Amino acid sequence: MQFMLLFSRQGKLRLQKWYVPLSDKERKKISRDLVQTILARKPKMCSFLEWRDLKIVYKRYASLYFCCAVEDQDNELITLEIIHRYVELLDKYFGSVCELDIIFNFEKAYFILDEFLLGGEAQETSKKNVLKAIEQADLLQELWEPPQGWLSELSLPAST
Amino acid sequence: PVPSLHQSHLLRELIRTIRTARTQAEEREMIQKECAAIRSSFREEDNTYRCRNVAKLLYMHMLGYPAHFGQLECLKLIASQKFTDKRIGYLGAMLLLDERQDVHLLMTNCIKNDLNHSTQYVQGLALCTLGCMGSSEMCRDLAGEVEKLLKTSNSYLRKKAALCAVHVIRKVPELMEMFLPATKNLLSEKNHGVLHTSVVLLTEMCERSPDMLLHFRKLVPQLVRILKNLIMSGYSPEHDVSGISDPFLQVRILRLLRILGRSDDDSSEAMNDILAQVATNTETSKNVGNAILYETVLTIMDIKSESGLRVLAINILGRFLLNNDKNIRYVALTSLLKTVQTDHNAVQRHRSTIVDCLKDLDVSIKRRAMELSFALVNGNNIRGMMKELLYFLDSCDPEFKADCASGVFLAAEKYAPSKRWHIDTIMRVLTTAGSYVRDDSVPNLIQLITNSVEMHAYTVQRLYKALLDDISQQPLVQVSSWCIGEYGDLLVSGQCEEEEPIQVTEDEVLDVLEGLLVSNLSTPVTRGYSLTAIMKLSTRFSSVNRIKKVVSIYGSICLQMYSHSLQALFCRNDSTVVLSKSSLFYRFNLHVLYYLVSLLFQANDLLDLLGGNDVVPVIQTTLPTKPASAGGELLDLLGDLSLSSRTSLSLSPFLSLTHSFTFFLSTVITIHATNTTEADMTEFVFQAAVPKTFQLQLLSPSSNMVPALNQGSVTQVIRVLNPQKQQLRMRVKLTYTHKGSPVQDLAEVNNFPPQSWQ
Repeated sequence: MQFMLLFSRQGKLRLQKWYVPLSDKERKKISRDLVQTILARKPKMCSFLEWRDLKIVYKRYASLYFCCAVEDQDNELITLEIIHRYVELLDKYFGSVCELDIIFNFEKAYFILDEFLLGGEAQETSKKNVLKAIEQADLLQELWEPPQGWLSELSLPAST
Repeated sequence: PVPSLHQSHLLRELIRTIRTARTQAEEREMIQKECAAIRSSFREEDNTYRCRNVAKLLYMHMLGYPAHFGQLECLKLIASQKFTDKRIGYLGAMLLLDERQDVHLLMTNCIKNDLNHSTQYVQGLALCTLGCMGSSEMCRDLAGEVEKLLKTSNSYLRKKAALCAVHVIRKVPELMEMFLPATKNLLSEKNHGVLHTSVVLLTEMCERSPDMLLHFRKLVPQLVRILKNLIMSGYSPEHDVSGISDPFLQVRILRLLRILGRSDDDSSEAMNDILAQVATNTETSKNVGNAILYETVLTIMDIKSESGLRVLAINILGRFLLNNDKNIRYVALTSLLKTVQTDHNAVQRHRSTIVDCLKDLDVSIKRRAMELSFALVNGNNIRGMMKELLYFLDSCDPEFKADCASGVFLAAEKYAPSKRWHIDTIMRVLTTAGSYVRDDSVPNLIQLITNSVEMHAYTVQRLYKALLDDISQQPLVQVSSWCIGEYGDLLVSGQCEEEEPIQVTEDEVLDVLEGLLVSNLSTPVTRGYSLTAIMKLSTRFSSVNRIKKVVSIYGSICLQMYSHSLQALFCRNDSTVVLSKSSLFYRFNLHVLYYLVSLLFQANDLLDLLGGNDVVPVIQTTLPTKPASAGGELLDLLGDLSLSSRTSLSLSPFLSLTHSFTFFLSTVITIHATNTTEADMTEFVFQAAVPKTFQLQLLSPSSNMVPALNQGSVTQVIRVLNPQKQQLRMRVKLTYTHKGSPVQDLAEVNNFPPQSWQ
């Protein structure tokens, strides 16, 4: 996978994960153009398209579009499953996830993604294990005490 | 009023506040204020709020605002001991740092430390960041750490290390070797995460190195076993997706098997059974099952599988084509396209389903169906297939029309069952998609029509009728003009056998052609073709006066527009030729242009009408110079000219210049050598030399014999390159045999008319 974008029906970016080196300017351009292209597609069209020299796989869940750019040899159908798995993870973590959860807890969405994919490939195929790791890391965040012995104001995880 | 945002406000409050902005301007104002506060906080080196501020910055960055001033802060967070800081710091690094800037290298040491941290979640952050954005330098520095972690028994870290290794190898392929020992027992793992990432790592190594591929071939039996277990094992809640156990791992194993089995008979045989098993037993009601089948099909088609298995695979694709899910249809068409050459007969069986996909609503599906349809056309199905494809051409989106038209022309050329069918098919394309056909279709079609001698009458009649209906589609108009110019006599004499001949007079034909000349719809190129056609008809029709009149009004301007238009097409402003000189379109249009020029010269009466003066008229055109190899063509054209010398300029007792026209930087001069003596001049050779600033090219002379008593002449065409636009001077040497003796004649020619070199 080269990158994954999450964006709303109005074209607002909610998450962007890049697995290839590109400048900020290049990323902005690609995001803008690709988002426009996908938003212009009709509902009856399939989830795959060739765009520039990339293979794009996208799917809409409620008000959010999940869009991945994959390599030539990647299996488009399993990429749909990857997207679905990520949605399931978000759903389990946030409890019936909606766009607002992703907006207000965007860093969590990234943390979850980074426990599921690494360098653009799935690192863990068990839903349970991904969620367990996130849970543990969140706990670590809450309980970690710096050597000085005083707690800094932390942003609280979504579950509390 | 914009609410004040104190920097100690929580991240979520900031997000909430920014979202209340009703306009872009309001949002920008809030952001600017917040950024200012954050910047001063950064300057104060405030540890307490750094994490929150960077998080806020990342949110604003996602909205599209600049956040580069937070880059160093991310590094400070990464170096912090607090897990929260590291989490946000690494996230910030991945979002804000660009591996092409040197700043990111400052991370290297922190990552190194964190790779050795006592807490696996910190190690995990480091591995993830390195595996996502590590530059080549970082990868070089840290490969050793990654390799160490690849050997750990901690599966949480081992799986991450494997993917991190993949990234390292992609960045620094030479480091691949060092990971080899660690791969030794990767597949013995029970943990699916490690298995999955290990298979990805092995795949990467095998794809990059033939030696690795050879080395890992021995893993085939083990991979087959793992896959078998996944299929045969009972329900495993942890890895189940709609009744299938760990489809992600299954797909990756299938892909690795593909690479290992490719071009190796033994490996291919070893995986034969499992592939057949997966192909027949996988549940197809949901996408996940089809994903596995898809990968299986790809593997079967790529390895050295037995024919039964291949047929099985193609049939799976055939079933995919009938699936309601358009995504499945899409991958089926893509795969069939890849395999249509090698398994042509098997794919043919699904031809009608493929043709049905031409009517699909999805653009990508339509395109693939179109490509596949063309690949399946053969001598047996050409009539039926062409019917479908022409129907498709009628109704498809403009983005398809050019490719479809080209495809139809190609298929028709290869498999046309009859000449008439061929012409009819071409007609259909030109009339329904005439504006979309490629430039070189026009000369190709003209060639085709020229060669179909027995169809000339039919063709010109049909094209003429098409012109009566519609003159807006330029390629159609151009081909029609050409044909009418060539076969107009057949048209007016009503000789058509294939269908009812139409009654049309010369005047009516000229009306149509003249109409093209003046119509706003015609491009300059089209006007050039119609003028050429009109002129050609002067030898076939009797209405010569009418033609002369047309030429006198439109000839000069039309020629200039045509040549200017061609220059615009062929050259950039600096007259560098952009269109390939070998392209048919280029050569053909130059041919038409020369032909038109020569026709204009040929009819000497017309020269008078073109505003002649007593100097040799020169028609200035700006064109790229004709390539040397095409010199023969030029001479052929000029050789057609009648050689009356009424308007020729005498250069010397023997030599006269009859025509010259200047192209972009060179002038083409026609010189005639005549012989007033009573004996022939045989073995006549014309040689010329010019001053240094010129370049000269002599094209082949018309003959080497100048007949006596002005009964004929030798025509010599000379091309002179005169970049400095100096006055043309030439030293000419004529050698010939006269009355048995060799003669040498030298002459200086200084009286070239200014128009021929200015």
